[in-house]
Amino acid sequence: MDAGGTCDARESEGKELQGSSSNKTSRPYMFGALRANWMRWRKLQNIEQRGRIKVNVNGRLCPVELRLVDEAITGDDGRLCSGCFRSSLFGKFKLAVTSHGMISPTDNVLVAFSGGPSSRVALQFVHEMQHKAQKNFIASRDKSLPVFGVGVAFIDESAINCVPSHEFEKAIQDIQLIVSNLAPPAKELHISPIESIFSLDSTDGRNKLKELLLSITDVTGKEDLLQHLLMISLQKIAFDKGYNKLVLGSCTSRIASHVISATVKGQGYSLPADIQYVDARWEIPVVLPLRDCLAQELNMLCSLDSLKTLEVLNGPCSGINGLVSSFVALLQKENPSRDRTIVRTAEKLTPFHFNRIPETDDHNDHLSSLRRHKKFNLKSNESIPSEFFCPICSSPLNKSDLQSLSNLESCQNSAEFFGASCCPSCQFQILPKGDSSMEHFHSLLPQPIIARAKDGSCGTGSWLREQIKDCLLSDDEDGT
Amino acid sequence: MDDTEAKTNKAGGRQCSICNQRRAALKRPKTLQQICKECFYAVFEEEIHQVIVDNHLFKPGERIAIGASGGKDSTVLAYVLSELNRRHNYGLNLFLLSVDEGITGYRDDSLETVKRNEVQYGLPLKVVSYKDLYGWTMDEIVKMIGLKNNCTFCGVFRRQALDRGAALLKTDKLATGHNADDIAETILLNILRGDIARLSRCTSITTGEDGPIPRCKPFKYTYEKEIVIYPCSIYSPNAYRGFAREFIKDLERIRPRAILDIIKSGENFRISTSTKMPEQGTCERCGYISSQKWCKACVLLEGLNRGLPKLGIGRTRGLNNGQNKDMDQTNGMKNIHSKECGTLDF
Ligand SMILES: [Zn+2]
Ligand SMILES: [Zn+2]
Ligand SMILES: [Zn+2]
Ligand SMILES: [Zn+2]
Repeated sequence: MDAGGTCDARESEGKELQGSSSNKTSRPYMFGALRANWMRWRKLQNIEQRGRIKVNVNGRLCPVELRLVDEAITGDDGRLCSGCFRSSLFGKFKLAVTSHGMISPTDNVLVAFSGGPSSRVALQFVHEMQHKAQKNFIASRDKSLPVFGVGVAFIDESAINCVPSHEFEKAIQDIQLIVSNLAPPAKELHISPIESIFSLDSTDGRNKLKELLLSITDVTGKEDLLQHLLMISLQKIAFDKGYNKLVLGSCTSRIASHVISATVKGQGYSLPADIQYVDARWEIPVVLPLRDCLAQELNMLCSLDSLKTLEVLNGPCSGINGLVSSFVALLQKENPSRDRTIVRTAEKLTPFHFNRIPETDDHNDHLSSLRRHKKFNLKSNESIPSEFFCPICSSPLNKSDLQSLSNLESCQNSAEFFGASCCPSCQFQILPKGDSSMEHFHSLLPQPIIARAKDGSCGTGSWLREQIKDCLLSDDEDGT
Repeated sequence: MDDTEAKTNKAGGRQCSICNQRRAALKRPKTLQQICKECFYAVFEEEIHQVIVDNHLFKPGERIAIGASGGKDSTVLAYVLSELNRRHNYGLNLFLLSVDEGITGYRDDSLETVKRNEVQYGLPLKVVSYKDLYGWTMDEIVKMIGLKNNCTFCGVFRRQALDRGAALLKTDKLATGHNADDIAETILLNILRGDIARLSRCTSITTGEDGPIPRCKPFKYTYEKEIVIYPCSIYSPNAYRGFAREFIKDLERIRPRAILDIIKSGENFRISTSTKMPEQGTCERCGYISSQKWCKACVLLEGLNRGLPKLGIGRTRGLNNGQNKDMDQTNGMKNIHSKECGTLDF
């Protein structure tokens, strides 16, 4: 943050915070200023709510610090100077993390880094939080609060993106540099090719992946399957390397697009599962700390702070997804708060029981953070309903879809059984039509997907399996 | 997938994929099946019959008003309903209900069409005028308030006109021509507006069962494109298409089933029952459904009758502050809106 300049907001904040005001530094979100940021963020929201922001609009003054505003910085909180913009964005991240118990001191979190601005900011913020925790740890006498660990995962999709090899190598170097610069504390970087979930042998995996994608005729289906494979890859890294949280950089705009595209694909029932702060239907719970940040804000932060991103690696989307994102972009242009409204609508849908951090009783250190996020959580329901999940996209299945599933006694082989246990949307846009092509498709699927179909779900509810036991027993060839 | 289908069809002389007898004459918009005209009419009508039966839309002996605007949807609805009523012995007492706003020259054409329908399908036609319903014609209202604000009136008055007309004529139920495209569009618009209460209501095939006149939508799953190619459909230009409607047409182009999928999503949204049924009282004056003491139409009428036409115009934000926070955006949605004001509000 730029030095000097009086700021009414900051002074009064100091009074509110009393003790911590002496600790004013030139870097707002380091040291004890985290809480100050949070206060500032709250204050900002209050100003916004009271409509006082209007007073400052014509003079182009930052409503928080009453400083002249850079023309370019217009977040959705009105116009802010770059310092306040940065801290308001970090404030949103911090609020999401603390109020949903996303990261506790004993955690080891894996940040999924795609190279784009959203995951770049996620990485940056997680680093800043960790860095601050480290400083506190060193300064504390009793060393009671451990510092959470951070790792970074990058999934190499070069098998399908056909990026020229020199460009790809350059990108990998950039990523290594980005991660090594985010120290201390040092972070391990895991680069894993997407085909590695198919086979231990990379050529074999590559061929299987390519053949699998070739067998899908629908462009949107192909794109979506790739997204699911990406998630499986991230889960695999997190699981294998001993992480217990997976951080994604999904921002409001991205989630808004997902709301519309899930609606268009008939996935209205499962939609609320995907858009919450926490999604613990996976082996390793997934958290979305940037859920309240707009894409423009994240882009702006990247350019303000010269955070390096790698746009080249992100392929354009086509089909339904492409149509949806241009529709959402159009709406956004017409009304900048549209993304937020769309997400707010979806927020009013009832989430699932797995949309919160599972409570583990064995850690005493967790207790404080658990207590803190408990009140923000969904009403703890008396009996946790068991869900049945689509083995491809992991969407919880609707009752009516399950009913059509239960007349499965007729299924001839595991491929057919697999196909019938997928959600209608995957059946339509991903599965091939016809028995022989279905068997071929099934033979290409990576082990985690096959295993999920067999388990009957991602961990819960095996009633379906019991219902169709005969079918499973008669045809159990892919044992390992 | 399309290519292979076309090839096999070519080999078999492009036969209808339903009857396998006649030559295929069209690609059915909903499924992209290549079928003959006769089979198209048959499946088109049969699907609507199925929807009526599965959802128990009507009971024998009921008096049903078909909202007739003179547009393609209501024209086809009138024909198909009278046909199905005869074929399947619904035992319904059907009639056409049309509203005359009393705008000189404006409804002449459409009333003409409705009158033709009356003769063609043997359905009696009842026309109720704004004068009957509100005591004012649109022309008189415009004279009173000027052209500037009449959109408020035409939206509010039109929304209630059919229901009031149906009540005036002692109807059991009102059938409207809203099609699958309309419903998909409404679902999207309600998502874009953050209106969860409407979002939960807009997918029901029958609405207002607790109100004076229940409304039903027999075309809930019927594609607009199919209504257009149905024989008795008349040409009715699409005046203005909003973003959402254009988006749906784009979707339909690359994936016809997207329209049905949007409706399916809308039906399956997990909305808690407390949000589902918002407190809906009735107007103290006219008995029409209203969340306030007086319904919007009665407020506007009061203004007109007292010579204060501006009464009730503009946002009601001041009245129900806070709870309307999410709905404020409705005002910013003008560009996204499609159709005439009021017609999509169900
Ligand atoms: Zn400032
Ligand atoms: Zn699925
Ligand atoms: Zn035929
Ligand atoms: Zn009234």
